[in-house]
Amino acid sequence: MARQRSAEQELPQERPVLTPTLVTIRAALNFSKKKPLGAFGAIVLAVMVIIAVFAPWIAPFDPSEPYVERTFSAPGTEFLLGGDQIGRDILSRLIYGARISLFVGLVSVTIGISLGSLLGVISAYFGSKIDLVVQRLVDAFLAFPAIILGLTLMAVLGSSVTNIIIALCIVLAPGSIRTVRSQALAIKEMDYVLAARAIGASDWGIIFRHMVPNCFAIFIVLATITLGLAIIVESSLSFLGVGVPPNVPTWGGMLSDAAYTDIGGAPWLSIFPGIALALAVFAINFLGDAMRDVLDPWLRGR
Amino acid sequence: MGTYLIKRLGLFVPTLVLVSIIIFVVMRIVPGDPALLILAGTEGEGEYTEQQLHELRVSLGTDKPIYTQYGKWIWGVVRGDFGESFWYRGVPVMDEIKKRFPITFELAVLSILISFILSVPIGVITAVKIDKWPDYLGKAFTISGVALPTFWVAILVVFVLARFFNWLPPLNYTNLWEDPISNLQQLIFPALALGFNNTAFQARVTRSSMLEVLREDYIRTARAKGLGESLVLFRHALKNAFLPVITVSGWQFSRLLGGAVLVEIIFLVPGTGQLLVDSVAVRDFNVIQALIFLAAFMVLTINLIVDLMYGWLNPKVRYG
Repeated sequence: MARQRSAEQELPQERPVLTPTLVTIRAALNFSKKKPLGAFGAIVLAVMVIIAVFAPWIAPFDPSEPYVERTFSAPGTEFLLGGDQIGRDILSRLIYGARISLFVGLVSVTIGISLGSLLGVISAYFGSKIDLVVQRLVDAFLAFPAIILGLTLMAVLGSSVTNIIIALCIVLAPGSIRTVRSQALAIKEMDYVLAARAIGASDWGIIFRHMVPNCFAIFIVLATITLGLAIIVESSLSFLGVGVPPNVPTWGGMLSDAAYTDIGGAPWLSIFPGIALALAVFAINFLGDAMRDVLDPWLRGR
Repeated sequence: MGTYLIKRLGLFVPTLVLVSIIIFVVMRIVPGDPALLILAGTEGEGEYTEQQLHELRVSLGTDKPIYTQYGKWIWGVVRGDFGESFWYRGVPVMDEIKKRFPITFELAVLSILISFILSVPIGVITAVKIDKWPDYLGKAFTISGVALPTFWVAILVVFVLARFFNWLPPLNYTNLWEDPISNLQQLIFPALALGFNNTAFQARVTRSSMLEVLREDYIRTARAKGLGESLVLFRHALKNAFLPVITVSGWQFSRLLGGAVLVEIIFLVPGTGQLLVDSVAVRDFNVIQALIFLAAFMVLTINLIVDLMYGWLNPKVRYG
């Protein structure tokens, strides 16, 4: 009897109303409790995005204004992170560089991985000849090393922000086709796909209403993981002088300035852009790994 | 093994053909007329007559339909002839590649060797000492190795060498056969910088694969029958843990070739990577298409070798 009463008392009296905001906050808290590193990555990335968006208000100086007398000035003297080879503020250039790296990375990953995923689903759904052609094309594209393919495409297209996004989409999409296809093949065998077909849904209806939404988790994970690669390839291409036009500040371009001007004398020229780049990639990798563990049992342990 | 070999080869040849078609289509359709590019220059400032343009088109063969051009190009490629450089008129692309390819190849082999020598012990030690300080140290190394961009690592290596050891990238390259010692001195640092990423990745794979194998029954059996720990680790565990490592080293090779471009630029190594960047700068499309074809060919070949090796080492694949 006594036991029964205590069990009754432990029952929650009133459940709080679950508003969408509350659900999101709870999910975020749960995520950060389970995956502290992933949460850390998400916060770093969010801060970087905010800095990039509000660059003109945050940057202390004009990133392309040379203060000749401050050429190679050491960090902390005139500029917080020092001056570069023609006296520009490295901190301001880093802040503006975040715009290019993150913008190019996010846009090309969103477009490239979306198209790649869609093609992966289509390839899996229709199978037979379409699948064969798509998969052989993927094989061929995966044979090109990312940076070499990127260089070639940039040579053909010419350097501009739009072109580097196009080039990155072509470089990044094939890998996602393969991964999404393997999951879509399993989804295709699910009962709900069979049911949809039984009630007479069209092929494209099944693809867009049933298969694509069910590939969303893998899409998010893939996009996060690929973002790191996109940022590295973009900065590599900018470093080689074929990415973004040279007057636009980018992390890769700053590193190239550093490598070509004074390698021994002014280490801050190469250290700070590299730290920014590495921090972004670290944050993305942590976030990507955590998201993979949480969202996607398919990729676990890969 | 025979059917497996044929199946795998049957995948290799069509992929290579497809690679060549993709390259040709990208290079010929998008940039427009190479003859115009040569006469007008990259900025389009040169002057020329219609007559000159037509003659150049005939001599380049670009007046013919695209499939004839492709046929001519691929027939040349089969015989090892990639045509002439657009920029240095009359110089066969193959001559330049013959000069530079061995350098890049040596760099790649050296960095693969380094990464195997470093990654296997790191992977084994971190797997055996799991959740102790060597494991955490190893984790820090592998995480940074995977995230740090190769070219930043290379810049830092040059910086440290220049600042503290008074070493600068040599301006003149010495051949391996002429002077092996100074050749190795020139290539060892670029190879280290290039192999950093690879080492970290392979160490991570070795660790997780070792952890899996160490849980197997045959390891317990080996220990139970009184084998020494080193014999258990190296004869029984590592041998079986090695398969995944070999597989990923095939994929990593593609990243390595891409990274080699950047490392060659930073360390002034006159390999094919430098040639590619120079050719991209002047839009020398014949050289570019030869080099990207060569890169893809190497990646496909390495993956073929890795797959065959895998089939040879693992009977499950061979007969599956």
